[in-house]
Amino acid sequence: MTTSDRKGNRGILLLLLLPGLLALGVSFVAPLLWLLRASFSTSALGGADGSWTLANYADVVLDPFYWRVAGNTLNYGLTVAAFAVVLSYPIALFLARTTSRWRGVLTALAIAPLLTSGVVRTYGWMVILGDQGVINGTLQALSLIQTPIRLSNNFLGATIAMIEILMPYAILAMLSGFGRLNTQLEEAAAMLGANRLKVFWRIILPLSLPGVITAALLVFVLAISGFVTPRLMGGGRVFVLGTEVFQEATVTLNLPLAAALAMLLLVLFSSVIVIYRRALRALEA
Amino acid sequence: METSLPAKFAWRLLIGLLYVFLLAPIIIVFVVSFDTRQYLAFPPESLSFGSYVKVFQNADFISAFWRSLLIGAIVGLGAVTVGTLISLALTRYRFRGEGAVNFLVIAPFIVPNIVLGVGLVLVLAGFGLLDTYPGIVLAHLGITIPYTVRTVSMSLMSVDRRVEEAALVHGASPFNVFWRITLPLIRPGIIAGGVIAFLISFDETTISLFIVSVRSSTLPTEIYRYLEYSTDPQIAALSVVLILISVAVVIVLERLIGLRKAV
Repeated sequence: MTTSDRKGNRGILLLLLLPGLLALGVSFVAPLLWLLRASFSTSALGGADGSWTLANYADVVLDPFYWRVAGNTLNYGLTVAAFAVVLSYPIALFLARTTSRWRGVLTALAIAPLLTSGVVRTYGWMVILGDQGVINGTLQALSLIQTPIRLSNNFLGATIAMIEILMPYAILAMLSGFGRLNTQLEEAAAMLGANRLKVFWRIILPLSLPGVITAALLVFVLAISGFVTPRLMGGGRVFVLGTEVFQEATVTLNLPLAAALAMLLLVLFSSVIVIYRRALRALEA
Repeated sequence: METSLPAKFAWRLLIGLLYVFLLAPIIIVFVVSFDTRQYLAFPPESLSFGSYVKVFQNADFISAFWRSLLIGAIVGLGAVTVGTLISLALTRYRFRGEGAVNFLVIAPFIVPNIVLGVGLVLVLAGFGLLDTYPGIVLAHLGITIPYTVRTVSMSLMSVDRRVEEAALVHGASPFNVFWRITLPLIRPGIIAGGVIAFLISFDETTISLFIVSVRSSTLPTEIYRYLEYSTDPQIAALSVVLILISVAVVIVLERLIGLRKAV
């Protein structure tokens, strides 16, 4: 069955591949082609009937608002990635090294939030950070503050929620990258007189760096393409590429502009992935 | 390595605090779901099942729930069927364009859902499929097939090929070999793939928000739209129900085949 050239192989192969190619063609390839075409389209609905134009990209590039949006998006992605990685690192390190019999349960708990829809967890953060939420309610009950602190409907709230929502991804990425950590190596270093700080800097950190970089990349690309959390937690005051693509496509109904913005996001997304692969190769070499 | 007691304590405390942060929204949602008030506030005044009763009386949520379940089931079945066929082609045959197919089944991983969402609006509008069941099922197939191909391919690669070859040599047709020998061996991968596809479809929000409005709205899109205007405890109760469903699905999966084999 493997490499044999028996008659009928072509027929079987076609039967095996056709449904999948058709499904992926309609649901993945066609949308990207249509998107590309729409981003150059003059027709308001982004159809192929209009002629070709660069006007949609010009609208984006010449409008200072979209430069701010692009800046916000980068800022958002970098902030979320930095904090998610820093906060996930101790958990991943702990899970990779512990010999506790609770290890399985603790690993499951760290990844469990992935099973919960992002909308649901965003709602949880609305409850925690809202004007009458957990934090403000507690502080007011203790008479520490009179008026609520603004923790939601702004960039801060959108960032905090996104950090937590993406942490399980960071933990997973780090855990699978921490396979090379080796307690014997650490013990050897300690026996040779290295203190804990030195062991961490010279052994643990370098060995765990590939996992950390993968986690940072994953969180960054997920953060810059998110829109549900920035939209709900930002209360309409946080403008990132994701929220603007959604706004143009479903509210303003300017599909060519939405397509141009989406293409911009796609380019940003792929260049980050290319840079990451270069960096990882350089690190491994 | 020798560690001083205070250092060990500080380390444990740090891990504990990070876990609290990570699980905070889920815990809080759980607490708020029992609040009796109509608006969002903390801590709860008094506890009741009122919000749960309201959720189960909310016709919009109930019908969206059934729609999500139906769409998820169709997507799960469809994605795993199509994914198994592709996996068979990729693991059991050499053919021209193999590299292209391999790329095509991982490419959806590297395209953000929000980008795909805009493209799907354009494509589905052309076919008149916006806000229809076939439209949303198609959209979800694109993002779930890569997962089913991955899980089923991994199962297929662990099957001992000599068993299949022995059956072929003894005159079994390729279809019979698959049906009687390969399929029973890769059942865990197939179940896992189907369940993962179901869960992704059931939880998917971004793409769905682009292509559904009223007729085919799913539960996550209903929750999103509700949250744009109100944050009352009903959503908390609904969230708890959803969390329990996901947990139940995973426990069943774990019991059936073991989670480690699945992912």
